[in-house]
Amino acid sequence: MTYQAINTAPAPSLIRRFRFKAPLLVTLGLAWLALMALTAICADLVRPYEVTQMDLSARLAAPLTPGHLLGTDDLGRDVLSRLIQSIRVSLVIAFGATILSAVFGTLLGFLAAQFRGTLEHLILVLADFQAALPFLILSLAVLAFFGSSMMLLIGLMGFYGWERYARISRGLAISAGAQGYAAAVVQLGATPVRVYLRHILPNVASTLIVSMTLTFPEIILMESGLSFLGLGVQPPQSSLGNMVGFGREYLTRAPWIMLAPSFIIMMTTLSISLVGDWLRDKLDPTIR
Amino acid sequence: MLTYMLTRVFRAALTILLVMTFAFVVLRLSGDPAAIMLGPDAPTDSVDAFRAEWGLDDPIWKQYFAYLKSIAQLDFGISMRDRSSAIMLVLERLPATLALTVPTLLIQLGIGIPAGVYAALHRQSVADRGVIMLSIFGFTIPSFVMGLLLVLVFAVTLGWLPSGGQDSWRHAILPILTMSVGGIGILARFSRSAMIEVMGQPYIRTAMAKGLSWRDVVWKHALPNASVPIVTIVGFMVGSLIAGAVVVESIFSWPGIGRLLIVSVSNRDLAVVQCLLLVIASSMVIANLCVDFAYGLLDPRLRAKTTAH
Repeated sequence: MTYQAINTAPAPSLIRRFRFKAPLLVTLGLAWLALMALTAICADLVRPYEVTQMDLSARLAAPLTPGHLLGTDDLGRDVLSRLIQSIRVSLVIAFGATILSAVFGTLLGFLAAQFRGTLEHLILVLADFQAALPFLILSLAVLAFFGSSMMLLIGLMGFYGWERYARISRGLAISAGAQGYAAAVVQLGATPVRVYLRHILPNVASTLIVSMTLTFPEIILMESGLSFLGLGVQPPQSSLGNMVGFGREYLTRAPWIMLAPSFIIMMTTLSISLVGDWLRDKLDPTIR
Repeated sequence: MLTYMLTRVFRAALTILLVMTFAFVVLRLSGDPAAIMLGPDAPTDSVDAFRAEWGLDDPIWKQYFAYLKSIAQLDFGISMRDRSSAIMLVLERLPATLALTVPTLLIQLGIGIPAGVYAALHRQSVADRGVIMLSIFGFTIPSFVMGLLLVLVFAVTLGWLPSGGQDSWRHAILPILTMSVGGIGILARFSRSAMIEVMGQPYIRTAMAKGLSWRDVVWKHALPNASVPIVTIVGFMVGSLIAGAVVVESIFSWPGIGRLLIVSVSNRDLAVVQCLLLVIASSMVIANLCVDFAYGLLDPRLRAKTTAH
């Protein structure tokens, strides 16, 4: 009963339920995410130095050195500036990839629900295949053999988790098709594209958004893992993961090179998980 | 039940075939192995000899069927680098990886499930909140950060444990610890929610109402029912264990299949990479097959449902 009510509720109530009654940890998480987003957008303005600017007289300077708040790395490059740039790169990749995989997965799920039969089986078999190989290993194979470029990396990461959206959207679309409203608009002569985009999508959007909050931190972790192994973002570009990877060489002498990006990765994924959990409690009708 | 098992086995076989095809297509189409193995300045006749020897001049479909046929004969080709059998290279490294992954899985199961169940049975208590917080921390810390932090604390600062290598059991402690953390978090969280859901079911109320002891309710009625979703997660975790091994072995210079994968990927050693992809995919498919069969054993309802199909 509540399920029905939520599914057919008009949009304003969705926003009203949303109003700020968030617990402290969630508020902190949101604040952190806002800070990260702001950093990523304004990276060029807030960065004190150029990313590649070297200062060989101040190599491996400790944090809080005047002029280098977070110290410098082995070539005397400012860690804070590199960190800010890395936040931008990592967030852009994760954001782009999350959108890609959501759109791609949802599209396949809707196609499976619309045409059923062979196409549906094919999509489910592909989902099985995706589940049969750890994504890290799949990407290792692809990246190492095609070389690493930013577009390929985003494209590759965009395959992460598509099967989850496909399964969800297929299931929801099939059950929506059995409900009155979808049948009604079909009877009124709406094209399938219109039915899916205007009528079914808004009704399944909340569940899909929740899955996006689950995939986003996983993509950040996947990209930083690949970059850590030296197969993701390539120098002179830097991402959070490849900063950790390079910092590893100086673990004993200059641990701050590795600690700063690690801290950002942990705080960001933690914040998204907290906010995502809270969103799921708010939005997902299936767990009420 | 038999049809259920047969469909599962069929789908597993199909998945492995798909993985093989994927490996073949990606690895063969992505570049010319001759140029990589011999270098860009190699004389033409030696390049031609190399291509002829490895069958690189045949049309791609011919190469594909030759490849499938040799795998059917359990011949995985030989490493282009040092001419030893690819499957032998992989098998040589396998024990080292198992020495990390098996203890890790046992630790994850041994800590994760009891912690989750305990938290579910003591909801809203301090212990419950602690378990939730720790499990969130556990799976948001990437394994490479965890590994490096452990090295920083226990190897660099305290000097208690070695930071890499494979000479004694003490070398395995940090890698195993690193790999365990994430899985413990995931298992604890899933066991907790599975257990909470089961404890809210009418049959638990009935069991308590008819005067069964708390112990019996939990052990005989709640746990068996909560085990189905938990087993599903364990099946998925096999994959993350292998992926985790790739990262952890690289941090701790542990000579397992994870390091072999990275080394052969950067050497573009086709035969070894294909063989590794197949071994990894097969072990995951087999793990998931075991999970499917375990469902049948754990949940009689499922058995009845699938035979009715």
